[in-house]
Amino acid sequence: MWELDSERPVYIQLIEKLKADIISGYYKPGDKLPSVRELAAQALVNPNTMQKALSELERTGLIYTHRTSGRFITSDESIIRKLKEEAAVEQVREFTSSMKQLGFKPDQIIELVAKLLKDEGNQEV
Amino acid sequence: MRAILECRTLNKKYANLVALNNVNLTIERGKIIGLLGPNGSGKTTLIKLINGLLVPSSGEILIDGKKPGPETKRIVSYLPERTYLPDWMKVADAISFFEDFYSDFDKGKCMDMLKRLNLNPGMRLKNLSKGTKEKVQLILVMSRQADLYCLDEPIGGVDPAARDYILNTIISNYNENASVIISTHLIADIEKVLDEFIFIKDGNITVHASVDDVRSREGKSIDTLFREVFRC
Repeated sequence: MWELDSERPVYIQLIEKLKADIISGYYKPGDKLPSVRELAAQALVNPNTMQKALSELERTGLIYTHRTSGRFITSDESIIRKLKEEAAVEQVREFTSSMKQLGFKPDQIIELVAKLLKDEGNQEV
Repeated sequence: MRAILECRTLNKKYANLVALNNVNLTIERGKIIGLLGPNGSGKTTLIKLINGLLVPSSGEILIDGKKPGPETKRIVSYLPERTYLPDWMKVADAISFFEDFYSDFDKGKCMDMLKRLNLNPGMRLKNLSKGTKEKVQLILVMSRQADLYCLDEPIGGVDPAARDYILNTIISNYNENASVIISTHLIADIEKVLDEFIFIKDGNITVHASVDDVRSREGKSIDTLFREVFRC
């Protein structure tokens, strides 16, 4: 589902969504992407905007265009791993920043995270 | 490539009313453009001028470099706000009508799109729901291989799912040689489909910009910007 908010540029959000789909494994390394028009129709956005997002992903090496057969996700797993790490770091930064604003100190934050993850793990069992 | 539409100090006046005032506008090929403004701002006047249904009072309007006439009507596909197709017509009749009238009409594409709507071509227009009638009309207009599509309120008065379907149809028919002008009030629904938008107020064009540029500069949606600019 392409949930796009109305205040931020569309193409930036498309880039984020495509990156998220790659990280989550929805698109696997080497997978063929649908055509620009198909993707644009799915997201209900302008094909030019989708093209802009895809070009940016191509520039950073996440996807490549094969002259006759279309667009593919890179098979280079190290690039995808790096993308995952960047996304994770971003999440952690946002989280720790919010926690600090709430007044938590670093070791309190770590303790809280460890406890919650342990509890979740226990619940799943 | 040559711009698909050019207006140069375009004016349209009636006895007591200035419908369009010194409009300067260039629309390049391959764009989806929103024509946004309150009722009575001049949107429909501009669209009718593009389609040769009105004549300018002064100034120029050029479609693919030519004055409105039979040659430009061949390359412009118009969806008016109110249908001109008679209610007694069956969907099949409307298709034949388009086929007769327009050499660029792609019947196969039209039938495909109608089939996906599970529409029986034997149905009379008057027996279709409003939403379905709107979809049929849009399909007919978009099945032409035109260089400029003028859609006047294509999603007005239909439910959200039908709106999505209509936007999907517009997007899927996009090609980089043609442009689409969408005149509408329902800005929030269509802004992510637009390359650029035009604000028109009392016959004057006040803004012509790219959606993403405005969003990144102002941090607002075009809908929000519209409400600010056109506050009553």
